[in-house]
Amino acid sequence: MAQTTEQNNHRSAADHAELDTDLGSDALIELYRQMVLIRRFEEKCQEMYTKAKIGGFLHLYIGEEATGVGAIAALRDGDHIFTHYRDHGHALARGLDPKPLMAELFGKETGSSKGLGGSMHFADASKHFWGGYAIVGSHLLLAIGVALGAKMQKNNQVVMVFFGDGATNGGEFYEALNFAQLWKLPVVFVCENNLYAMGTPLEIHSAVTEIYRKACAFDMTSERVDGNDVLVMRDVALRAVEHARSGQGPVLLEAMTYRFRGHSAQDTQKYRSKEDVETHRRADPIDAYRAKLLAAGVLTDAQANTIDNAVDDVVEEAVRFAEESPEPGERWILQHGVYAAPIEVDPPIHGE
Amino acid sequence: MAVITVREALRQSLHDVMQDERVFIIGEDIGYYGSTYGVTAGFLEQYGPERIRDSPIAEAGIVGLAVGAAMVGMRPIAEIMSVNFSLLAFDMLINHAAKLYSMFGGQFSCPMVLRTTNGWTQLSATHSQSFDVMFAYIPGLKVVAPATPYDMKGLLRAAVEDPDPVVFIEHTLMYTQKGEVPDESYVVPIGRSILNREGRHVTVVTYSRMVHLTNQAADILAKEGIEVEIVDLRTLRPLDMSVALESFKKTNRAVVVTEDWQSFGTSAEIAARLYEYGFDHLDAPIKRVNFKEVPMPYSKNLEMKTVITVDRIATAIRDVLK
Repeated sequence: MAQTTEQNNHRSAADHAELDTDLGSDALIELYRQMVLIRRFEEKCQEMYTKAKIGGFLHLYIGEEATGVGAIAALRDGDHIFTHYRDHGHALARGLDPKPLMAELFGKETGSSKGLGGSMHFADASKHFWGGYAIVGSHLLLAIGVALGAKMQKNNQVVMVFFGDGATNGGEFYEALNFAQLWKLPVVFVCENNLYAMGTPLEIHSAVTEIYRKACAFDMTSERVDGNDVLVMRDVALRAVEHARSGQGPVLLEAMTYRFRGHSAQDTQKYRSKEDVETHRRADPIDAYRAKLLAAGVLTDAQANTIDNAVDDVVEEAVRFAEESPEPGERWILQHGVYAAPIEVDPPIHGE
Repeated sequence: MAVITVREALRQSLHDVMQDERVFIIGEDIGYYGSTYGVTAGFLEQYGPERIRDSPIAEAGIVGLAVGAAMVGMRPIAEIMSVNFSLLAFDMLINHAAKLYSMFGGQFSCPMVLRTTNGWTQLSATHSQSFDVMFAYIPGLKVVAPATPYDMKGLLRAAVEDPDPVVFIEHTLMYTQKGEVPDESYVVPIGRSILNREGRHVTVVTYSRMVHLTNQAADILAKEGIEVEIVDLRTLRPLDMSVALESFKKTNRAVVVTEDWQSFGTSAEIAARLYEYGFDHLDAPIKRVNFKEVPMPYSKNLEMKTVITVDRIATAIRDVLK
């Protein structure tokens, strides 16, 4: 970290020592599986979007998988996650079942948000995955609210909140950092710096392009990290999470990453060259990690292919589930549907 | 029953709800300073800084924190000192508090209260507004604006205990308003309007501070032989029109008095409902009494011509009876 540069010293001397990690083989392979699942899920989303099975906006996490998977691997079950509208990857990394997620995209009753939220609003309260939010930067304030709740409940839980580089210029970002540091809230801010605020390059939208330095104004611990290396991401996130959990207050991480696809499915990407995208694609975080696991002898090609195929089956199964699921009932478009405790009034609104 | 002020009624209610350990209050100058309108004076000393959280001047943060804490089982009361400052928190309220339950398919709700104040006294254009309609416009919010100490106490408890986000609108010119209030804790249900004054000739539909001004007008008109019936809506969303419509069917004439701008304001919705559901009982066009549609001027002379006065209410009532 910027202020605590000391490295963790609990590395295991496992047979894959060259990976420089405390994780065993199964855990290492699980990270690979999660990243592949996100990639295939997203590719399938694009396909289903083209077939008009999915409506609205579609923001794919392709290229950024290592950031979400690595960071979320640092959390415990009871910890909390908030994220932005590019939320599919975080949901899958948190272990949400792909079936209700695909059903959500199809607008079905069996969807994770009953078909009311869509692509930008995946959530699963039972997993403390509090949702994707589509007003840039604003969910940071909700996240610190959950952190305040956790602190007051003394439950030792930590909140991790994801947002992009584009979210660090609005007022909510600064309000959130001030409150979090002022009250030493257990929250880890993870900025996914993919170099573009939608279609506006970092140097055009932010006075300071090293986002982690924005924490300095609040005396907050912060660090820039290679978000394309899942193990590095997890290591740094682990330290940040433990810092927050131990009562020392929040941490801001700036994960350097890159989105391979457009901002959304409609994006023509005039703001960056094909060559730039190609350069980043050559450093694909999944390919790199797979190669690393192969070289370390954690995984064989055959095993990797088996995982890939199994993931394909999971995604196909999710599509089948979504196709076959019913559409939501109309209770949700009645006044009653918008309240946890509906109130009868007379006369009812719109003649309901 | 003791006769106490609105301020004291609110204090009693807050003490009642603070018995629940999940409840905490967050806002500007609520503790250390001693509370702008005195409602939470002494609370910091009694409940401590964990539960009486003096906030930076950051309205979006105040409401966002409350929304988040509510999601994980706390019962936050966010205080926005003046409703004018709440504009900075509208994203939190509209895009988040009001949406969470529905947008995520009913998985969780947002049991928070936003306490805030309307009011004016030579505070000029940006400190004298009412945004009742902007809250009441939003599906997913519940909006209450009580008039009496009794309702203040009971509705505030109802708001805190409600699992949905409730905007609780007070009025700076009403904190010293007195009324009878039981010592014990009680609930006044959200979404129930009430007959405030009985009369035969005309129905006035109103809420909050205007209930009291209308009563003053009614006292004057009583001497002219005009009996005014007053309906206090108490809740703006969901809007219970049953009492107003019942009264309107009896008097066949109505005046709507709301302390906000007329065009697209709360009085527009109330009058529309009267027309929609009471058209057959209509003997005269409905009159509305509101602020003049200008940014509030500072000068006392102009301010008094902009706001609603007892005289303007009385005139409107006489007009609707012509």
